[in-house]
Amino acid sequence: MKYMLMMHAPKGTGDWAAGDWSPEALKAHMDFMMRLAKDLEESGEWVAGEGLAGPGEARVVRATKGGAPAVTDGPFPEAKEFLAGFWIVDCDSAQRAYEIAARASSAPGPSGAPLNMPIEVRQVMNAPGDESVAKG
Amino acid sequence: MAPDPAETLLRELAPQVLGAVVRRFHDFAAAEEAVQEAFLAATVQWPREGVPENPRGWLIQVASRRMTDHIRSELARRRRETRSAAQETLEVPPPAEPSPGVEEDDTLIVLLMCCHPALTPSSAISLTLRAVGGLTTAEIANAFLVPEATMAQRISRAKQTIRSSGVPFRLPTPDERAERLAAVLHVLYLIFNEGYTSSIGPQLQRSDLAQEAIRLTRAVQRLLPDDGEVAGLLALMLLTDARRPARTGPQGELIPLPEQDRTKWERPLIEEGIALVSRTLSRGSVGSYQLQAAIAALHDEAARAEDTDWPQILALYGLLLRMSDNPMVALNHAIATAMVHGPPAGLALLRALDSDARVAGHYRLDAVRGHLLEMAGEPAAAVESYRAAAARTASLPERDYLNRQAARLGRRP
Repeated sequence: MKYMLMMHAPKGTGDWAAGDWSPEALKAHMDFMMRLAKDLEESGEWVAGEGLAGPGEARVVRATKGGAPAVTDGPFPEAKEFLAGFWIVDCDSAQRAYEIAARASSAPGPSGAPLNMPIEVRQVMNAPGDESVAKG
Repeated sequence: MAPDPAETLLRELAPQVLGAVVRRFHDFAAAEEAVQEAFLAATVQWPREGVPENPRGWLIQVASRRMTDHIRSELARRRRETRSAAQETLEVPPPAEPSPGVEEDDTLIVLLMCCHPALTPSSAISLTLRAVGGLTTAEIANAFLVPEATMAQRISRAKQTIRSSGVPFRLPTPDERAERLAAVLHVLYLIFNEGYTSSIGPQLQRSDLAQEAIRLTRAVQRLLPDDGEVAGLLALMLLTDARRPARTGPQGELIPLPEQDRTKWERPLIEEGIALVSRTLSRGSVGSYQLQAAIAALHDEAARAEDTDWPQILALYGLLLRMSDNPMVALNHAIATAMVHGPPAGLALLRALDSDARVAGHYRLDAVRGHLLEMAGEPAAAVESYRAAAARTASLPERDYLNRQAARLGRRP
């Protein structure tokens, strides 16, 4: 089963204010994330994962009447949290996805203490169940 | 996975060749690697130079040479690291004497190892497809839509697990046999299901997994022709796969069993499946795959949905339920009950499942409830159930189907 793990960083942490972190704290954070990626690859669970550019660069696009893009700043300048990055993992149970999410959540922050960021876990849509075969 | 004859031959030989190399060198993980390399060599050389007279012998020889190289470099590495290894000499075991029946045994032993209960389902599936199915890591990764590096890791970890479990390369003892064979059948069933249920919409190529599961189950059935559950599983796959052409519409949308155009069902598969299941049922001792196959046969035998022999299906689900306390079986039993004794009887059974933690909140419970409420003439309640099911399912085609059901009923005055 595939799950998407979405890392929501509160404003003032993560990429948002990473320039204010000490180089050591930043390195510890990045080492942590790279180790997580490597471990997921080695456990055979890695599907994809990316970090996203800061929310200040985000734009919201809507189609106009003729279909041309209308671009506005955004998405939500007042939001307390923003999507900082995501992983897609393929694992045997939801429980395992929660474990991975908890580990990602505990990435070290500016003081070296775990950030405990909220990680939203969503199952990726997959194939249908069968209409007649009883599943074991 | 093209049906090229040389490739078909290669893939049939995969477990036999692996078995022979493991027998000689006693290292499953390294032997599996060596056999893959031999296969790669064959796919390069055979089309150019022709298939050798004894393809199996050719592959074993090439793989054994790779194993010797592997042992030699291991030894060199150890020599560099420790002085004591300098005394070790290269020991390459001689080829085993061929004995009658050993190839058949080897195929089965390799399969039993790949489906060892110590492995998680996903790793057993991946290893089986590679070591027994002869698929490349890239093909398997493609089928499961994960990166090749991830799949390579999954397979390599599976082999490590087998190594550390210390399972010997031999047929299981009589008292462990049933459990080990059940694990094999479960893995084959999962491979089939993965292919069959996902052979929809954008993931059409994955239907090959269903064909692969059928091919492997056929091989097991040839090795164990008297095993009722093996025959039952093969029959179940054939009888299910027969409906594949009718189960999706032109836009890839899901068409439920009662609405399928039954003239599109594949008769030869149905006939073969029915013959298999009738033969095994007449022999006594009945297992759950045989019962599921018998149910699938009853569906397939009905020329129209309304001709379905529901009383018989209800009786079979009753037997299944007694055999295994499985809430998904209980759901199907509730449907059959509704078809025989009316929707209220089925709905009463569903209410009992609401307090079963394994299925409470599962989308299928709401989907079935929607269906039975609609049958009972309660469209408003049915819409609610269909919507609840659509919100919970992780299956895209299923969600579309459930939303269509809700929309269709919701529109009525």
